[in-house]
Amino acid sequence: MTIGLHHFISLAVVLFAVGFFGVLMRRNTLIIYMCLELMLVASTLALVAFSRYNGSPEGNIFVFFILTVAAAEVAVGLAIIVALFRRRKTVQVGELNALKN
Amino acid sequence: MPANFLFYALSTVTLAAALGVVLNKNAVASALSFFVCLCGVAALFVMLDAYLPAFLLILVYAGAVVALFLFIIMLLDMGGGDRKPLKKTTAAAALITAALLAAGVVSVLSRGKFSTEPPVPIPAGSLFTDLKLYGAKLFTTYMLPVQLVGFLLLIAMLGVIVLSKKQGEDKKP
Repeated sequence: MTIGLHHFISLAVVLFAVGFFGVLMRRNTLIIYMCLELMLVASTLALVAFSRYNGSPEGNIFVFFILTVAAAEVAVGLAIIVALFRRRKTVQVGELNALKN
Repeated sequence: MPANFLFYALSTVTLAAALGVVLNKNAVASALSFFVCLCGVAALFVMLDAYLPAFLLILVYAGAVVALFLFIIMLLDMGGGDRKPLKKTTAAAALITAALLAAGVVSVLSRGKFSTEPPVPIPAGSLFTDLKLYGAKLFTTYMLPVQLVGFLLLIAMLGVIVLSKKQGEDKKP
C-alpha cells in the first residue's frame, strides 16, 4: 500500500485536533498560543499535501504567505502577552477576568 | 517500502511531539516538543517535494518562533507552567470536543473521493524543484500579495515596538 493523499490529510486533521485539545485544556496563555501555532502548521501540512497530489504548485506559494503572516502574528501576540504580564502579573487565563460581570 | 516506513515513523514522531506540547507540565519542555514537532512536519514537507516550505518552516518557525517562545518563557519566569492542577472534567470535556472536531472533519472528508494513487512524478523545470521559477512567480503573478505581506510585517514590527514600550515612559524627561 502506497502513501496516498488521505494519509497526509488524516495526519493533518489529527495534528489540528491535538492543537485544538491543547487550546481548550491548558490555562497558560503561552501554551495556548503554542497550540494555536500547532493548528496553523497542521493546516499548512494539508495545503502542501493537496498541492503535491494535484500537481499544482500554487499551494506551496500559499504556504510561503501563511508562514510570513504567522511570523508577524507570533511577534504581535507575544508582545501582547508580555504587556499583559506587566500589567496583571499573571498569564493564567483563569485569573484574567477583568471583563467578567 | 521505505517511503511507507518513513511516513509512519515521521508521523509518529510528529504526533508524539504534538502531544508533548499539550501535556507537558513544564513550559520549556512544551516549547522543545514544539520544536521537534516542527522538524517532523518539515520532514513531511520534504517527502511531499516541498523543499522551500520545509526550509522556511525550519528557518522561521523552528528558528525564530521557538526561540521567541523560549525567551518569553524565561522573561516571564514561569517554568512551572500551570500552577493549579487541572480538573478531570475540564480535561475530559476538552478531549471529547477535540475528538468531535476530528470526527466531523473526517466525516466531511470521507464524502469526497481521494485518489489512493501515488502522486504524479514532477516534470523537470517545475515550480517544485526550480527555485528560480518560484521567485519569478512570486514577483509576477503574486506581486501584490508580496507587497501586502511586506507592509504587514512592517506594521507588526511597529505594533510590537508600541506594545513593548514601558507605560508612562513619555512623561519622564
